[in-house]
Amino acid sequence: MSQRTITGPGRAAAAPVPSRRPLASLYAGNVRAVVGRGLRATWSSNWAIMASGFVEPVLYLVAMGIGLGSLIGTVQGPGGEQIGYASYIAPALLAVSAMNGAVYDSTWNVFFKLNFARLYEGMLNTSLGPLDVALGEILLALLRGALYATGFTAVMGVMGLITTPWALLMIPAAVLIAFGFASFGMGITSYMKTFQQMDWITFLMLPMFLFSATFYPLSVYPEPIQRLIQALPLWHGVELLRQLNAGVFNAATAIHVLYYVVMILLGLLLTTGRLRKLFLS
Amino acid sequence: MISARNLTKKFGDVAAVDGISFEVRAGESFGLLGPNGAGKSTTMRMIGGVSRRSSGELAIMGLDPDRYGPEVRAHLGVVPQQDNLDEELRVRDNLIVYGRYFGLPHSYLRPKADELLEFAQLTDKAKSKIDALSGGMKRRLTIARSLINEPRMLLLDEPTTGLDPQARHILWDRLFRLKESGVTLILTTHYMDEAEQLCDRLIVVDKGRIMAEGSPAALIREHSTREVLELRFGSERNASVAAELAGIGERQETLPDRVLIYADDGEAALEQVSARGLRPLTTLVRRSSLEDVFLRLTGRSLID
Amino acid sequence: MTRTWQPADAAAAGRQRAGLRPPLDPLQSAARARRFGSLYYLEHWLRAMRGYGWTVALTAVGTPLVYLFGLGVGLAALVDANTSAAASLGSGRPVPYLVFVAPALLATAAIMVATDENTYPVMSGFKWRRTYYGPNASPLSSHQLVNGHCLGVLCRLLLTTGLYFLFLLPAGAVLEASGWMMILTSALGGLAFGLPVMAYAARIEEDKGQFALVQRFIVMPLFLFSGTYFPLEAMPLVVRWIGWISPLWHSTELGRVLSYGQAEPAWLTAVHLGYLALLAVAGWLAARRIYARRLGK
Repeated sequence: MSQRTITGPGRAAAAPVPSRRPLASLYAGNVRAVVGRGLRATWSSNWAIMASGFVEPVLYLVAMGIGLGSLIGTVQGPGGEQIGYASYIAPALLAVSAMNGAVYDSTWNVFFKLNFARLYEGMLNTSLGPLDVALGEILLALLRGALYATGFTAVMGVMGLITTPWALLMIPAAVLIAFGFASFGMGITSYMKTFQQMDWITFLMLPMFLFSATFYPLSVYPEPIQRLIQALPLWHGVELLRQLNAGVFNAATAIHVLYYVVMILLGLLLTTGRLRKLFLS
Repeated sequence: MISARNLTKKFGDVAAVDGISFEVRAGESFGLLGPNGAGKSTTMRMIGGVSRRSSGELAIMGLDPDRYGPEVRAHLGVVPQQDNLDEELRVRDNLIVYGRYFGLPHSYLRPKADELLEFAQLTDKAKSKIDALSGGMKRRLTIARSLINEPRMLLLDEPTTGLDPQARHILWDRLFRLKESGVTLILTTHYMDEAEQLCDRLIVVDKGRIMAEGSPAALIREHSTREVLELRFGSERNASVAAELAGIGERQETLPDRVLIYADDGEAALEQVSARGLRPLTTLVRRSSLEDVFLRLTGRSLID
Repeated sequence: MTRTWQPADAAAAGRQRAGLRPPLDPLQSAARARRFGSLYYLEHWLRAMRGYGWTVALTAVGTPLVYLFGLGVGLAALVDANTSAAASLGSGRPVPYLVFVAPALLATAAIMVATDENTYPVMSGFKWRRTYYGPNASPLSSHQLVNGHCLGVLCRLLLTTGLYFLFLLPAGAVLEASGWMMILTSALGGLAFGLPVMAYAARIEEDKGQFALVQRFIVMPLFLFSGTYFPLEAMPLVVRWIGWISPLWHSTELGRVLSYGQAEPAWLTAVHLGYLALLAVAGWLAARRIYARRLGK
């Protein structure tokens, strides 16, 4: 890894004079090295776990779509028309899997490396800055997310759940969702000290998963609870993907996207601030 | 207290302990000295009644540990090589919970825990988490834990490995007090200074076999000279210079980083070296140690 | 370094340790340990659980609330709106979706807790924290560690299922008086899955993410294809066998019989019970062997 830093065309290695870029103390412009290590580590050790991340949402889709679908019949889709239950939950499951993957990668994975494997200490002893590490980790999570999203969309196609070419936009949208969660997750993880505290993250995600209009429309809940759920990120992700899958666009589409853009910016701000505090003070 | 005859432990075809015999008497401080992988820990685990022997005889307090495991373990205090304190419990609770395994009542364990914390110089850490202790403190707590049942015999596997010199001295002091109060100590170590400090008698073990047995002083007397002259010529030259040193002292050993000359008078040997026109980078005259005994017996150093 | 002991040291050490003497001699200790050792380890287990008491309480209380609200209220609104669904749910006796899903939620919660307690905690007893090696050097035997751990898991299971049941009652999710027995049967279901996992976890020498695989390739499919959220009959025959071998399905079906009198031949109920007991005992026996082998190396 350090070899790559020296011989590769990384900008940090090519610039012998101290850079005057903003964030220079945090960022060496060498995210590639971090991503390279991650890809290598993934392929050599846990590709089975990688693959299983793709299987999980597919199992959900098959079980819930067929099993629950037989009990529920049809549901009202984003365009107001009646759609099959499997078509209803498929985009939601994609959003959930984007969230889960990103949260896992940016919390448990980062927590372990931060506290046990001491991986980051080693990385930061090279010319890499904390922001390289953070962006590298997030980018890895997104790569993985994009792969899963593509696979899942393909499965949806095979199951006959895709009816419009707009649905292909679900793949970049899923990556956007993953980016939002990953950028925040890493910042939050930097506050965590014990496994038990990490359990709390998992526990907070459970209600969000169940309540964010994933398996049934929000309308079953009273007004105040609907408002609360609409403030949470997953609901925006679910609705965005549902709209794309149906090819229905309106003002809400823009709001969903904007929500994630803001979330990403705030998340990066938080994470960078925390890394600066943890590693450079 | 302990009698072992032809004690053997095989893992598959490999004999980790290969037919060793020894006796340990009450109140004695008995050491097993040898490099990593010599079979010391396996021997300790058999004595401790947690690992079944493959063949041979072994009696602890007259009891066969394979048949009377709980009885044998109830007699012992055990300090394992790797600390296995319970990190989910506080310092003092670690002692109390451990005492419960011996069926001891809380009315005894509470004051006993406080007494042992004082002995281990950890009184002010009673309520701390295990994470918050230094390596030396964890080690002392593990020793305190092993004393909760006031055992007459203490098994210590590499008690000071990984500790800094100051922490080691504190620990040695505590162990010495136990020895003074009549507790039988059985310890393994690959540190010769530790063996010299703490052991009345020891066996030198290598590859599962006993190489020599006796008190530290007797072993040194028997297998080494009184003094040793250490010469360093730089790593490139040690081997080539060795030939030019022939005949000085009783015996010589050439190691990668230095040449050792065994002689009863080290200074005299050094003069002979100078007389031959050799100019080592550094020289050191010291007394023989168990390290030299081990080198003599096995041709290898204790610490690789 | 090689400083030999000076007379001053000996004098300092000579201050005899006038320590407390234990009220039992070693042979008495050993006799007690042989009789009560499993309970001594259980005591340790419960004490250690207090260290993460907040997590235990939160999962025990939060899980039922979240699932009841999410599925019992939310999903139920959709299912119950579809009038043809109710008939297929009750197996002869139409019941609301909440009543149908409640025994499954209870059984699932037990299996989740049992999985939690039998994966990383067991492996770290052998590996990172090595907590098993301390008691193993004491008069306790490896069998007693297994027993104590199993009893501890059972305690936590009963706490979980008991509290869960208390949440089900006011929600109107239990129709029959025999429903309380679900507390016991779902705890048994937890052991039926948890103890084989315990044996497996004890065998793992090196952590290569096996538990994540167990979670995703075993727990997750069981969870989805065990007739939890919909009747097993809604699935095509090709995947129905997953339910038949799944302890979750057997535990859930037992619960449905107890909770709302789901129509079912008596022999099938006996099969549910027998299968769960068989798995639990097999896991327990395997764990005893594996612990003895690994701790006795």
